[in-house]
Amino acid sequence: MEKKWTAVIKPKKKLLDLNLKETFKYRDLIWLFVARDFKTRYKQTILGPLWFIIQPLMASVIHTLVFGQIAGLSTDGVPQFLFYLAGSITWGLFSGALTATSNTFVSNAGVFGKVYFPRLTTPIATSITQIFNFLIQFAIFGGTALVFFFLPDEHFRVTWVAALTPILVIQLALLGLGFGIIISSLTTKYRDLQVLVGFGVQLWMYITPIVYTSNELIVDGVVSKLYVAMMLNPVSSIVELFKYGWLGAGSTPWLFWGISWVTTFVVLIFGILIFNKIEKNFMDTV
Amino acid sequence: MAKMEEKDIAIQITGLKKRYRLGVIGGGTLAGDLQSWWARIRHKEDPNSKVGSKTYGKNETFMALDGIDLTVYKGERIGIIGHNGAGKSTLLKLLSRVTGPTEGEIKLDGRISSMLEVGTGFNGELTGRENIYLNGAILGMTKAEIDGKIDKIIEFSECAQFIDTPVKRYSSGMYVKLAFAVASHLDSEILIMDEVLAVGDMAFQKKCLEKMSQVSKDEGRTILYVSHNMNTIRQLCDRCIVMNHGKIIYNGGVEEAIGIYLDVEKNQQEMHISYENERRPIYIGDNFMIKLMGFDLLNRSEYVFYPDEKIEFQLKAHCFLDCENISLRAELKNREGQAISSAFIPLLKQATANEDYTIPFSMDLSCFRPDRYTVTFVLFQMNDISKASMEFDVVFRGFSFELRQNENIFWNTKYWGNTALNFLEKK
Repeated sequence: MEKKWTAVIKPKKKLLDLNLKETFKYRDLIWLFVARDFKTRYKQTILGPLWFIIQPLMASVIHTLVFGQIAGLSTDGVPQFLFYLAGSITWGLFSGALTATSNTFVSNAGVFGKVYFPRLTTPIATSITQIFNFLIQFAIFGGTALVFFFLPDEHFRVTWVAALTPILVIQLALLGLGFGIIISSLTTKYRDLQVLVGFGVQLWMYITPIVYTSNELIVDGVVSKLYVAMMLNPVSSIVELFKYGWLGAGSTPWLFWGISWVTTFVVLIFGILIFNKIEKNFMDTV
Repeated sequence: MAKMEEKDIAIQITGLKKRYRLGVIGGGTLAGDLQSWWARIRHKEDPNSKVGSKTYGKNETFMALDGIDLTVYKGERIGIIGHNGAGKSTLLKLLSRVTGPTEGEIKLDGRISSMLEVGTGFNGELTGRENIYLNGAILGMTKAEIDGKIDKIIEFSECAQFIDTPVKRYSSGMYVKLAFAVASHLDSEILIMDEVLAVGDMAFQKKCLEKMSQVSKDEGRTILYVSHNMNTIRQLCDRCIVMNHGKIIYNGGVEEAIGIYLDVEKNQQEMHISYENERRPIYIGDNFMIKLMGFDLLNRSEYVFYPDEKIEFQLKAHCFLDCENISLRAELKNREGQAISSAFIPLLKQATANEDYTIPFSMDLSCFRPDRYTVTFVLFQMNDISKASMEFDVVFRGFSFELRQNENIFWNTKYWGNTALNFLEKK
């Protein structure tokens, strides 16, 4: 009778041997990682968790000054501060998930080198942490919006698209996770990418309608090539929908949102495949 | 062993190999790799290889494990011994899936959990209780499983009083106790340990060993244990393998294995030992006035002695600059590296530059008791006026030898000490 083994360790893994089932078995670990991140993040700081709120507020103040007042970019008639706050928190979710997961292997080398657990749990936990961060900031956004609602001469409207928010949030996190794990897999060998992530993400923000609206690129109802290029950036349509939903600013690029979902899945699947391939022997090269 | 059947196998390893590349692995930067690649296709010298590092080129490899075959049955407690670099830790790493093998395969029946280090994933900011959950989950337990065991874990760790304090405030002993408590309460069928017991106080070590034996006997768990501490191997294991140069050279009884291991260590020491390339402490520097060049064991062919014998050897020294009043200090250290005694001997009244000196010695062992000893040699000059000494050369591992006991007396070195001095008499 052939013996049934719990596990067989062989030199090469099959490409599609993803072990997602095992990752699911470790779901408690994912939640404990999330809890750890929250508990330890702002220990021994004066302002503590207030930093979650201060960061987007400060960014919005600066954006209002620079892009709103000095450059005078259009916000489609929406209160500038609110417009930039919406941009900051959505962008913060994506870029946060990307940067935080992009150094998974290097920063966890110590633990990974000593004990086995499905490595994918770490970036997943990081992304979930980012979603929670976003929820806190989203509450602040809601509070601010309420204040502006009662101010005279400030106009914005909430549309039905706002109901898509949970999907948009999850998509942003998945997209950040996908790009992040691709980069983390490559940084095990090439450390340059860590530097690239730092300023790459900053530049990426400017090709995403964070501090401007996509309407600026539509001249007389005709979309420019620049508009198409900007919208092919998978983050753009998500941000646009979020801002349209909550503020009524910008447009509803449904087609590009569809393309964005395709991109999200391709990036995520490619990311998981490459992550899975690297995780086995990365200890020898890191 | 013969009645064991296939269904009782917990671990089956066949033809396992692990290869590491020597030298610099993958430049580290993309630009560096592209440069190397561009140089290679033009058959030019790699601009990123170190000058004169031809000996360990990029494609030279090193077999950390060179064909391991091993079958472990359920409930066995296997000790793995071997000197540094024999491949013990690599084997455990492969078993615990930290890294993958190059060839061969490992089949496992049962969940495996490894303790290659205690307290992996502990976070200093979290409290003891929170770390128990985190560490337990990393080691593969679910939250519900930990809930059911947390009281037992806390009790075992002896840290109940501090369990809600961040672990960064813990003493290192408490830290280890907590970590071990978590690991030893795992439900996995196979447990892998790499010298985790080397830390913690004696009482706790004993408690851990008892716990390990107990879980193995009562619950039929399989244990693989790597250690350099032969006493813990003796206490815990019922089978032992000896590794050397990535191969298993012995697989069987514990005492036989320990005997073979000590022989492996001993045989690696030649009758002549050269000190020329031996690493010196930094403060000695590279500009020697006088340097110890080598050691010869005289009239013997192995480094095994009895207390009624004398070790005869000679030291060779080379003088680079004229110097005077050179003395030798020989420090005798036991297996744990603890200094047992030192001898001070005036060596050369006057040493002349470019002269070689060969000095014979005889070492009396009568007041020392069984252990493995290492001798450190120090050349120094005494300043007559300030009474301070200036060290010219230090060789930490001068030579090692095994001191055995005469058959008629049993001396328990671990508890009775390394020396037998007649300090007490009956009036």
